[in-house]
Amino acid sequence: MAEVTAAVRGACQEYVWIAAMWVRSALAYPWSFWILVVGSALITLLDFVGLGLMFHTIPHLGGFGLREVALLYGASGIGIGVADLVIGSVEQVGLHVRTGTLDAMLTRPVPLLVQVCADRFAVRRLGRISQALVVFAYGAGSVDWTLAKVGLALVMVVSACLIFFSFFVAFSCIQFWTVDSTEFANAFTYGGNTMTQYPMTIFPREVLKGLTFLIPVAFVNWYPCLFLLGRPDPFGLPGWFAFVSPVVAGLTLTVAGLAWTSGVRHYTSTGS
Amino acid sequence: MTLIDVRDLARTFVVRKRSGRLGRTRTEVEAVRDLTFDIDAGEMVGYIGPNGAGKSTTIKMLTGILVPTSGHLRVSGLEPSTQRTDLARRIGVVFGQRTTLWWDLPLRDSFELLQKIYRVDPVRHRRNLQEYVELLDLGDLLDTPVRQLSLGQRMRGDITAALLHDPEILYLDEPTIGLDVVSKGRLREFLRTLNAERGTTLMLTTHDLQDIEALCDRVIVIDHGTAVFDGPLADLHRRGGSRRTLVVDLVDEAPPIEVPGASTRRVEGPRQWLSFPAGASAAPIVSAVAAAYAVADLSIQEPDIEDVIRDIYAGA
Repeated sequence: MAEVTAAVRGACQEYVWIAAMWVRSALAYPWSFWILVVGSALITLLDFVGLGLMFHTIPHLGGFGLREVALLYGASGIGIGVADLVIGSVEQVGLHVRTGTLDAMLTRPVPLLVQVCADRFAVRRLGRISQALVVFAYGAGSVDWTLAKVGLALVMVVSACLIFFSFFVAFSCIQFWTVDSTEFANAFTYGGNTMTQYPMTIFPREVLKGLTFLIPVAFVNWYPCLFLLGRPDPFGLPGWFAFVSPVVAGLTLTVAGLAWTSGVRHYTSTGS
Repeated sequence: MTLIDVRDLARTFVVRKRSGRLGRTRTEVEAVRDLTFDIDAGEMVGYIGPNGAGKSTTIKMLTGILVPTSGHLRVSGLEPSTQRTDLARRIGVVFGQRTTLWWDLPLRDSFELLQKIYRVDPVRHRRNLQEYVELLDLGDLLDTPVRQLSLGQRMRGDITAALLHDPEILYLDEPTIGLDVVSKGRLREFLRTLNAERGTTLMLTTHDLQDIEALCDRVIVIDHGTAVFDGPLADLHRRGGSRRTLVVDLVDEAPPIEVPGASTRRVEGPRQWLSFPAGASAAPIVSAVAAAYAVADLSIQEPDIEDVIRDIYAGA
């Protein structure tokens, strides 16, 4: 156990060291750094402005008001924002395979996943997280907060990060087999994020089932938020679904871990 | 002490080729087969062969990047593919054609990061850095962003980066490619010093036979995935009877030049190609030609790897 803890601590340190190098690299071009920060903040802001405009004409979306949708949107946004900030670069693994930089990484005494995730770490992705936090705070006005609900909200946000973490890693692994599959992976990561920005009630039942049992993004925000908002499940699914997000996160992380190790094994055994 | 132990190493790749309109045929290509050699601590070995002979496949297996299909492989007592991260601390790898340094940051920053991730003791790091900076003349460049360095400067930076953690073995993949004559000379000088003073084992792949001549006591030639020669360079020349070429530009066209120790292979207008054994000195031939003919220009062509290998087969 102590060995595992030391390994994890070492990996985190190494991550921070490498990420810091990229931040300094980005600051070598201060203008382009700030333009990108402002640009990405604007783009994500417009995203929510669009949603707000929609509510201007229709007061309810699938039975949910603007503040309630903001809660869903914010929770999912924080999750994917943090995941994208910390490990979003894993999407580039195919590029590392193609250009041979993966070989150089394999000769370093740092876990490959740490190196791939820390590669091209970009602070500008903070723009998206801060936007999501603002929207979440606005949405929080629709909740009757109790201590238990605050606790659940925290668990929800952490689980959301971990679930999106897993998606990024697991779907990026496909690139070990087919190098150009970034778009396919994006369908699940950013696609999953887009779907969770809306109340699930706008989708048919089959879609909800898929998003619960197959690609479990509904656990990112939908089930916990139903509890926070004090609403019964409109699809009649069990109320305890609100509390199992961490379990789902554990499952997806396991799958992602397996996908990663088999991806690396495939690479080292085929060399392509 | 055996540092690299290779026995019957093999690596096959599956290649899928399109055949007909929809069909695909699956063929197995043996990139490396029946490869056996061992390298002792402190040796400097040139690993040469034509493109596609299996050089980089071998290096990838030795560094743990590729898993062998079969055979026995130990580097520094470790099995590379399963103990890759442990091995990484004991080896240094330099890829001649791409840098592992941080492009937009001063050279110094890359070295600091390596000290941290290899967990090199700070005192030892400072001592090593100071020594390599002096030997490789990097002092004025430490604060220069890597993208502003010349190819030769960057190569010296990359070699320093590969050595800061005191590796037992240094793999160099085409270390002198693209460098000018002066930079090549300095780099070879440095590698000799490194080997003599620290006892670092060197294994280098190259297309430049002069790298081998200047550095390596031993050459392993690989072709079609297997070692076709393993021994001193002089033996390689003797066995293959490989030859150098003296290119002579005469002032006027002339019949084939006749001088002792060389034979004229080709004549094209005022230019003639004279071939002589690679082991022999060019000096007497050059002076004999210059004494007997009006010479406008002279140059010497070294045999390239492909020639040497062709000669091995011809001599065998």
